[in-house]
Amino acid sequence: MQPIISVRNLTKKFGELTAVNDISFDVIKGELFAFLGPNGAGKSTTIKMLTTLLKPTAGELFLAQHNVSKEQDAARKTFGIVFQDPSLDDELTAYENLELHAALYHVPSSVLKKRSQELLTLVELWERRNSKVKTFSGGMKRRLEIARGLLHHPQILFLDEPTLGLDAQTRNLLWSYIERLNSDEGMTIFFTTHYLGEAEAVADRIAIIDHGKIVAMGATEELRAQTNTNNLEEAYLELTGKGVRDETLGSADGRKEMIRTFVRSRNLK
Amino acid sequence: MKRFSRSGIRIVMSVVQPLVYLLALGFGLNKVFEQSGRGHYIDFIVPGIVAQTILFNAIFWGVGIMWDKQFGFLKETLVAPVSRTNIMLGNALGGATIAVIQGVMLLIISIIFGFRPYSLVLLVITFVVMSMLALSMVSFSAGIAAIMNDMQGFMAVNNLLVIPLFFLSSALYPLDSVPTAMKIIASLNPLTYAVDALRMSLIHQSHFPLWQDFTVLGATLVLLFSFGVYRFKRIQA
Repeated sequence: MQPIISVRNLTKKFGELTAVNDISFDVIKGELFAFLGPNGAGKSTTIKMLTTLLKPTAGELFLAQHNVSKEQDAARKTFGIVFQDPSLDDELTAYENLELHAALYHVPSSVLKKRSQELLTLVELWERRNSKVKTFSGGMKRRLEIARGLLHHPQILFLDEPTLGLDAQTRNLLWSYIERLNSDEGMTIFFTTHYLGEAEAVADRIAIIDHGKIVAMGATEELRAQTNTNNLEEAYLELTGKGVRDETLGSADGRKEMIRTFVRSRNLK
Repeated sequence: MKRFSRSGIRIVMSVVQPLVYLLALGFGLNKVFEQSGRGHYIDFIVPGIVAQTILFNAIFWGVGIMWDKQFGFLKETLVAPVSRTNIMLGNALGGATIAVIQGVMLLIISIIFGFRPYSLVLLVITFVVMSMLALSMVSFSAGIAAIMNDMQGFMAVNNLLVIPLFFLSSALYPLDSVPTAMKIIASLNPLTYAVDALRMSLIHQSHFPLWQDFTVLGATLVLLFSFGVYRFKRIQA
């Protein structure tokens, strides 16, 4: 089978710190692939490199055979992404957000009309299409982002902790959409999560990254067998250890927190 | 972009500070200025304060960008198959539009307080100068914010720049009445030329010929816009 995501000797250094250290893996077309690891292990850094937000220090990345650093626009057309933090325009309505996305991805307006109705119905937001996004709850925003990420019919959907901060009902609903997309449309799904139960329930294959290295990869059963444990959570702890990770100084999350505090304190947003 | 209308309060607040300058200085120093035989001081500083409004508002445009590239809509555009030059252009035009509207608001307020533009036709030039100044400063701010992650640092850099830019320009005093050293510094400051062109179009007084103002403004715009684009191409979110 032809891999749709191909990662070759990928390395990312931030000064002295090596966030991703010479990793290689493939994701097959149509797979539901989970990318797991403790905080600061290199998950988000890898997703950012795959989605052209960060430049690798070394190594190569291919999305649907397009070299991510050399054919950036072709690579960008192949995927949709749902970020960890919402990236919607709050002042626009749900539908206007989709319109903007269509403009960015050159989706013709006839396709936009048809597809946005399908997608908004799918994520149960069709009734609210003309409400401003700032009136939406966290779960509704996440659903809208998924709809937006799918608007241009991507071959790959990246989800960076899609269920973070959502209640159990919404999480459940989200995963059923995602599984349906995967089985009905054959879409390749690449996601990160801290909820191991979710990964165990839905993923075809799982990669575990720690300290910038892939420490294990395979189906849940393989990881269990490899570590001689009963479930994914045990296997995960066996592989990555039980010590709690301290965020390194200047890490992405720390930096974000700083900006958040600052912007709120000055009432800039 | 079309989201600027969102916060009425913020737009009003952003003209309050220049308004205080205008009223305090305009009325406070009017007598002194009149005695030196140069007409009303308030007329003289309106162009300077309009430029200040634009400068102060445009230079902090980058704050939104720093937020936006982590949590906002900008991130969505950065992974889209669109050139970074276009993203930068769209973003800067959005910021510049807001800054120009704020400048226009200040101008209208000045008119309410008795300021009279020299000629309505010349207001076209006023508008062009305001737009060029706004776009230059927004581009600069966006360029700084694009690959900077430290919000405090960003504010520090801008505060460091904005105060000397403003006070060492011809915004508040005529250039022919200051010591030579100050005059030299002011004539190296692009804001001086923006103020000069605004003064030319609003009250028909100027220190430099208009073509010189426009040459400096045009060159500044090209330079700062290219700087913005260059930095946008290197955003690592």
